[in-house]
Formats: sequence, structure tokens, C-alpha cells
Amino acid sequence: MAVMAEPVAVPARRSSLWTRAFESRHFLGAMFMVPAVAILILFLAYPLALGFWLGMTDTKIGGAGRFIGFQNFVSLAKDSVFWLSVFNTIFYTVTASAVKFAIGLYLALLLNERLPFKSMIRAIVLLPFVVPTVLSAIAFWWIYDSQFSIISWVLIKAGLITRYIDFLGDPWNARWSVVAANIWRGVPFVAITLLAGLQTISPSLYEAANLDGATNMQRFRHITLPMLSPIIAVVMTFSVLMTFTDFQLIYTITRGGPINSTHLMATLSFQRAITGGNLGEGAAISNAMIPFLVAAILLSFFGLQRSRWQQGGRD
Amino acid sequence: MSTADDQSVGMDYLESFPRKFLRVYLPLGLIMVFLLFPFYWMTVATFKPDAEMYDYEKYNPFWIVHPTFEHITKLFFETDYPLWMWNTVIVSVCSTFISLFASVCAAYAIERLRYKGSRYVGLAIFLGYLVPPSILFIPLAAIVFQLGLFDGNLALILTYPTFLIPFCTWLLMGYFRTIPYELEECALIDGATRLQILMKITLPLSLPGVISAGIFAFTLSWNEFIYALTFISSSENKTIPVGAITELVNGDVYHWGALMAAALTGSVPVVILYSFFVEYYVSAMTGAVKE
Repeated sequence: MAVMAEPVAVPARRSSLWTRAFESRHFLGAMFMVPAVAILILFLAYPLALGFWLGMTDTKIGGAGRFIGFQNFVSLAKDSVFWLSVFNTIFYTVTASAVKFAIGLYLALLLNERLPFKSMIRAIVLLPFVVPTVLSAIAFWWIYDSQFSIISWVLIKAGLITRYIDFLGDPWNARWSVVAANIWRGVPFVAITLLAGLQTISPSLYEAANLDGATNMQRFRHITLPMLSPIIAVVMTFSVLMTFTDFQLIYTITRGGPINSTHLMATLSFQRAITGGNLGEGAAISNAMIPFLVAAILLSFFGLQRSRWQQGGRD
Repeated sequence: MSTADDQSVGMDYLESFPRKFLRVYLPLGLIMVFLLFPFYWMTVATFKPDAEMYDYEKYNPFWIVHPTFEHITKLFFETDYPLWMWNTVIVSVCSTFISLFASVCAAYAIERLRYKGSRYVGLAIFLGYLVPPSILFIPLAAIVFQLGLFDGNLALILTYPTFLIPFCTWLLMGYFRTIPYELEECALIDGATRLQILMKITLPLSLPGVISAGIFAFTLSWNEFIYALTFISSSENKTIPVGAITELVNGDVYHWGALMAAALTGSVPVVILYSFFVEYYVSAMTGAVKE
């Protein structure tokens, strides 16, 4: 049944202001941006600015505050708990990021080998990253339990220690325990992203190096690392950013204890602002994190620039 | 050393199995054990009766002698857990759809309409991606309170897009960039409007990108913790992560069985979703970083 459509007279286009506006990509572009921009301004840009303001007031929960200038920062500068949290944050970030990078890169290299069931292995490796952090932290909480820790039990059975380790009761034990949990959670992200980077390296480079008699170590040092360096910069910036602002793991496993020895700046600001009700002081602690974050973002920015330049892209 | 997509054997045949075992399989196996053990431990604790859980002398802690569902039934019928799960689903689905809608429009406008200043807006959105929730939650709490959204699902549905939109927009911009301009030009010549082009050409072609963004956004909102902890106070409005660690601990009494059951059952939905879309998930994760 092929019925030809009768030619219909096309009505002349009304070129009102409205239709012309919809033909302008600038106007249309602005319209398309409205939902995203509205949400981001109201719930991202405005709170960011409000945070700066709150940090300079003595606002309490349920009451308006007044402007007190830098008084919050002055009192924080004399607060030993605050400085302890700064130390903890830096310690946590540096150790966890360094180990995450080392294990992540190693795992990426292993996954880049020819393996059976490769995609399944890769899917399993990502699990710690997919599962809600708080829920896996609960598992770590139980692993670190002072009476029923499976690690202590295994070590005792192996005859290596005689008493159960007090993982979360001793300041340094607690610090290393949360670092280990953070490493566990962060390795998959580093490994899978670096693996994606490794897969873009042309195998012919390795073949050429092989013919020239390069050893494994030399190939790694002179091909893999330089080719991977742009993506390493980006991944590590993200990793540092996420570790530095971490909240969930600490809050779940230790709540900052014992005696504040695992408080990060984020958990301390939560404790002061929400639990303690001093919104102004908490906001000041959050603001103190910003210089570090800006440093990390600048690092990422220059990393990206370098990668574009290396790939011969625009900019 | 060869890459995944490359079918050439390379020089692998020169390596004997024992050597490869020591160099690759053994370390890989150890790392996998490290990565999987907490899940195993969670599962074992979920199905272990209390008598076995707290007695390592009589029972080997690595095995379950008498599996039981008591922790799971306790969790589902004696706590608010079903409500938490319902809240988590509602919040994740709504915030994912809001973010996808806003991001598709924004990414299309930035990448294809190229209105005045679109590049700067794109950069600003990327910077928004780098603002972590742990410096936003205090002022956001004040705003949420002011708007009267405190202690309700809407507080989370409206605030989660702040970290979802920048991510999804950035990801979709990358996808839209891969679609040839010529297709759109043809449609424009044929008289299609921009909206038609977006709905009938760009979106269908970038479906993998939209799915990646959606899956990633869904798991991110399912996992979110700090906003949910700050903005929600009554038990029946909590999400799974918050409910599990605030309601299942009575003072010094830890209900380890129920906690582990909550951890396991709260993880299973994201793991199932993830296992169906693992390729999309990986491309979302690596794509966002490679940009």
C-alpha cells in the first residue's frame, strides 16, 4: 500500500521574536544551561560563599551569628586538637596515597599481562570502589575489633604475637588501621585508571625496546613511566583530593578517637559544627582545608595541560 | 607485554609457566585476596549464629558451621532497615534522573551549541567537580534548614546533584564530542530543530555515555554519606549507610550480626547493578579522568 503523500503547502514561517530567539544558539544555549546552573548556583556556589562567611561568624545551630572576623582562626591556631587533626590529615593523605600509588601501579601492570578471565578479574578488582564505603568500613570495624579481630587470631595461631592487638585503642595502631582501610578502598580506582592508561601505550614501543636488548626494568623506566606520567598526575591528584577530604572511613571506624588521634580536618569540622553545634567554628576548619585543595587542583591543571601538549591536542 | 585489545602473542611464549606464576599469578592472587577478604568476612558474619561469632576456640572463625538467617530477619523485621532501603532507592533514583536531565542539556549546550562563553562555563563545571562535599556540608546544612527541607528525602534529592551534575556533564561532553558534526548539519538542513536533533540524533548515539553517567551517578548517590548524616535526623528518613551505623549500635552494644547483614544487603544492589554494566562503569571512571 504505497500511497504517495499529497504535497502539502508549507505555511510561511512566522518569524516572530520567539522563533528567532530559538534559532539563536546563544539564547538556546542559555536555556539549555538553566537546570544545571540553577542547581549548581543554589547548592554549590552559594554554599561555598556562605562557608567563607560562616567561618568568620560565631553562628550556632538554631541561632543567627555575628561577624567576628578572623577570631575563629585565631582560636584554632591555639587549639592543639586542630593542629593534631592537621597532622593526622597530612599523615593519612601522604602514607595512604603513596601506598595506593605503589600497589595500584603494580596491580595495573599485572592486569596488563595476558591473563585468563581478564575482564572478570578486572570487575572483581573494582568491587571495593563500588561498594558503599561506609558499609565496607563496617566490615573493617569488625576486622579491627579488640576481642574478635581475625588478624589477631591468625597471628596468634601462627605464633607471631601473644596478645590480641588493640587496633583501634592505641593512637598509632588506630592511625595505621584507618590508613590500611583507605588503601584497600583506593587501590582499585588507581589501578583501573592506570590500566586504561597502560592500554593506550603502543606495543610496538616495547617490541622495539626488546630488539634493542632492553631489560624489563629499562622498559618500565623508559617507556611505561614517561608514557603514563600525564595520567599518573591526574589520578594521583584525584586520589590525594579524595583522601585529604575523607570523612566516611574515619567516622565509621574510629569517630576520630582514641583521644582525637585519628581526627581528620573533615571529621573535626563535623564534630565541632554538627555534633557540637558551633557552625562558625566548623566552617572555619573546613575553610582551612581549602588552600591544600587549591594546591592539588593546580597540580591537576598543570598535569592536564601537559597531557594535551604531549598528545598534540588543542591548547 | 601486550595490551588487552592487541591479539599478538608478543614474546610471552618465551616465558615458562612457573616463572609467570611467580611473577604474575602469585602477586595478583595475593592482592585479590586482600581486596576480597572484607567481603568474605562480611558474608561469613552475616550468616553466622551469635554462638559461633563470639567463640573462636570451639569453632574455626573462617567457616560457618550452622548457617542462620537470624541476623537478616532481625534486620528486616525488627529495625527500620526496609525504610532506609526505600529512602536510599528513592533518593538515588530521583537525584540520578535530575542530574542526567540537567547534564544532558548542559553538556549538549556547551559542546554543540557553543554559545558565548561556553568554554568558561565548561571549565567552571569541571572545577565544581573538584569541590568536595566535606567542605560544603556545613553551609549546606544551614541552607537546607532555611529552606525547610531538613530531615526529608527532598534535602538529599536536591543536594546530591551538586556532585553528580559536574561529573555527568563532564563525562557527556566527552561523549558528545565523539559524534560527528555532519549528522547534525544534515538534520539542520532538513529542518530539524535543536531539540529534535538532541532527542533523535545526539542522545541515541551517545546512549552508552548516558548509561555510564547514570550508573555512576546512581552508585555515587547510593554511597553518599556525609550529607545524609548531616541533613537527616529521624530514623525513618535515614539512608542505609547512615541508618546502619547510627541505629544499629546501642551505646556500647554492637549488634555485629545485624551490622554485617546491613552492610551485605546494602552492598548487594549496587554490586548487581554494577555487574550488569561493568564495562560502562569502567568507561565512566576512566573516561572522566582521561579527559
